[in-house]
Amino acid sequence: MPLATGAWILGAGGGGDPYQALLNMQTLYRAGRVVHLVDPLDLGDDAQVAVVSTMGAPLVGEERLTDPAVAALAVRQMEEHLGRAFDAVMALEIGGSNAFQPLMVAAEMGIPVVDADTMGRAYPEAQHSSFAIADLRPYPLTLADVRGNAVVVSHVASWKWMERISRKVCAEVGSIAATVKAPRTGREVKDWGILHTVTQAIELGQTVLDARYRKADPVVAVVKHSGGKYLFCGKVVDVARRATEGYLRGTARIDGRDAHHRGTFRVDFQNNFTVGWLDGHVRVTVPDIICVMDALTGEAIGTEALRYGQRVCVVALPAPALQTTPRGLEHVGPRAFGYDLDFRSVFAEESA
Amino acid sequence: MRRIGIDVGGTNTDAVLVDDSGVVVAVKTPTTEDVTTGILTALAELLSRLGAVAGPVDAVVVGTTHFTDAVVQRRDLEPVAALRIGLPSGRSLPPFVDWPEDLAAIARGAVFMVQGGHEVDGRPLAPFDERATREAAERIRDLGFGAVAVSAVFSPLTPECEERAAAILGDVIPGILVTCSHELGRIGLLGRENAALLNAALVPLARRTVRAFVAALRESGIQAPLYLTQNDGTVMRAEFAEAFPVWSFSSGFANSMRGAAYISGLADAMVVNVGGTTTDVGHLKAGFPREAARAVEVGGVRTLFRMPDLLSMGLGGGSIVDPEHRTVGPLSVGYRLTEEARVFGGSTLTATDLAVALGLADIGDRSRVANLNDKMVGAAFLRCAILIEEGVDRMKMDALPIPLLAVGGGAFLVPPELFGISEVIHVEHADVANAVGAAIAQVSGEVDQVFSGVGRERALQEAEGIARKRAVEAGASAATLTLVEAEDIPLPYLPGDALRVRVRVVGEASPITSSRDANT
Repeated sequence: MPLATGAWILGAGGGGDPYQALLNMQTLYRAGRVVHLVDPLDLGDDAQVAVVSTMGAPLVGEERLTDPAVAALAVRQMEEHLGRAFDAVMALEIGGSNAFQPLMVAAEMGIPVVDADTMGRAYPEAQHSSFAIADLRPYPLTLADVRGNAVVVSHVASWKWMERISRKVCAEVGSIAATVKAPRTGREVKDWGILHTVTQAIELGQTVLDARYRKADPVVAVVKHSGGKYLFCGKVVDVARRATEGYLRGTARIDGRDAHHRGTFRVDFQNNFTVGWLDGHVRVTVPDIICVMDALTGEAIGTEALRYGQRVCVVALPAPALQTTPRGLEHVGPRAFGYDLDFRSVFAEESA
Repeated sequence: MRRIGIDVGGTNTDAVLVDDSGVVVAVKTPTTEDVTTGILTALAELLSRLGAVAGPVDAVVVGTTHFTDAVVQRRDLEPVAALRIGLPSGRSLPPFVDWPEDLAAIARGAVFMVQGGHEVDGRPLAPFDERATREAAERIRDLGFGAVAVSAVFSPLTPECEERAAAILGDVIPGILVTCSHELGRIGLLGRENAALLNAALVPLARRTVRAFVAALRESGIQAPLYLTQNDGTVMRAEFAEAFPVWSFSSGFANSMRGAAYISGLADAMVVNVGGTTTDVGHLKAGFPREAARAVEVGGVRTLFRMPDLLSMGLGGGSIVDPEHRTVGPLSVGYRLTEEARVFGGSTLTATDLAVALGLADIGDRSRVANLNDKMVGAAFLRCAILIEEGVDRMKMDALPIPLLAVGGGAFLVPPELFGISEVIHVEHADVANAVGAAIAQVSGEVDQVFSGVGRERALQEAEGIARKRAVEAGASAATLTLVEAEDIPLPYLPGDALRVRVRVVGEASPITSSRDANT
């Protein structure tokens, strides 16, 4: 439960609703399955780690329900392809429903979950992962559907090509599939993974639930707990959306209230929140994690659920260090999402 | 037009006669345990008040919370069989998976999952397993269940599997009551299936209740077809209501919105209904309640089908005031208002007492609140006003000013001026707005489907065709149908320029069809 709440916050507006994944985990736990979390720093250098996610259209996921067995199938097929077994499993992204993918695999296969992911949040595509930033090998990939169809993409020219080819295959099997990205060694995870993000998400969720229980302000609690920054608070007054090339793009305008009653905030999104503007000036950009939360409950609000009249707070959480390096910014900085802007962290300006 | 509207609420059964000139007469009687006695009493009183001018009536329309109450209070529900067509997908999350345990324990008769279903683009997900379906039907027959809910993956786009399964069930178990999920809901298997399961569990109760209504009507001597209201503010024929009781969920609020629209003559407005314990806020769009876009919980079950978009707050005329903290609600004295409120000689300070003290309402004995601290009264009343103002604003779609219609017994709590509201209108006959809304309700047909690869124009055209057909099936006269709502939303991550299209048409009840029904 705390993981669902925390992962939804780290989804930064995207990543999909974890509802079905949560139901699956509840069923598995009730059946006596257990999941062990391992510290990535305890991984042996040559440990074999599977990086897992579900890929596809959220609408299709609403009908073809998430199934732990399919998540595990993709992992078993990768094992067959490689001719060796995995020692552990980790999430491609900790934001949204994909945070649960390694848990479902772990409960099915009896291997531990690595306390790490490759984004520290949710991003739309695999080239936004830390292993892509590190320029590690993007292949092989396995993709499995519920009928037992499986595809191995054995070689690709780049991370972008991997995304293009796997999306095509995914569409053919009905626009939803379980995937395993290129396998990683323990060394690679330790060097390039975004570490301890499962714990971070659980703690974040726990912070919100505790604050609600104590009737304290959950948004303030989140900011305090995670070293984040409270950027704005107000009411959503306008939301414009359009679907293009697999992205839900758009912008939301928020009129200030209380301490911010003179200001107007605008937040842009491409599946995830990308750039926030205060009174027309850039206030925050990716890779800082931009979260829009319900002012009362602290529940994160997805880009598709934003609507007029919501009372919201905009909060920034610090980006993983790797994403703010020049190389990281090439992949996940404002320019990677089409903005002619330089990244200036809201956290850097504070110390300056 | 000359129609009788009856609203069966938790406390009162209201009846009104409405003709082209407006509300002719309105009566209020207590609701009875068996519901029908209350209806008979209300009808008898209505007729006696009309006296010699009674005359013939075109239709009688009943709005009832009976079926919602059955779910919320966990009573009169039958165990049902669930048949889901979608394997190999969905195995890990079977029907009833997200139901509250106490309700599942009553309604979960047996669960069957068989292979079949479709893809988003209309291809089969897996071949439909006719044999397994027949075997499931035989088990259901042997176990003796009277109702079945059938669901299939992507059935709102391709209903074929559900239709074939329903035919097999009817073949194996003649007379079995079958609810197919595609007849109710939208994309979102679990939520749509839940709506179908709730419906199936209610069908036996719906049969008994609706037939008792028909009998009561006959007993009263009124010769007119019977309709029940549904939650989009329109009506369904009695026999349709027997098959689809879930359409009545939240119909009370839909009726009060429609009634407020009719009495005020406004088609676009916010509506606030202040009751004894809760305040409901909704948005009237082109004369009808705006629909909820997301899943709505009914008795703890997450359902995904047409429901009015509605915000409920714990504030009403009976809300208890805490003078020390100057807060109001959410606790309420409820129906004991006339005993416990100060103005009625009781000892509890309620929101009604505040309004009387401020001279905004003339209820009970004003002298009993004369010595309240003015500052406290003002501050606590302001709290009510802020709650209502925030609630109304949350339910608005944009920042443009819009009128607000205030109805319900506690409407005096609504402040005369609110942010984002052009004017506050206190509606005449506000206390019987539900019954008025029932009396004037029309018949609708609705479509909410995804269309792929046909282009926007054709998708909208096809959708309207289906909606018209459904409206006529529901009892509308084809010649009177008009389009009240049409929207299309492009869907991301899908091939073939997929569009989700929602269309609704509304028309007058067809007198020919309905009089024939009344005789059956």
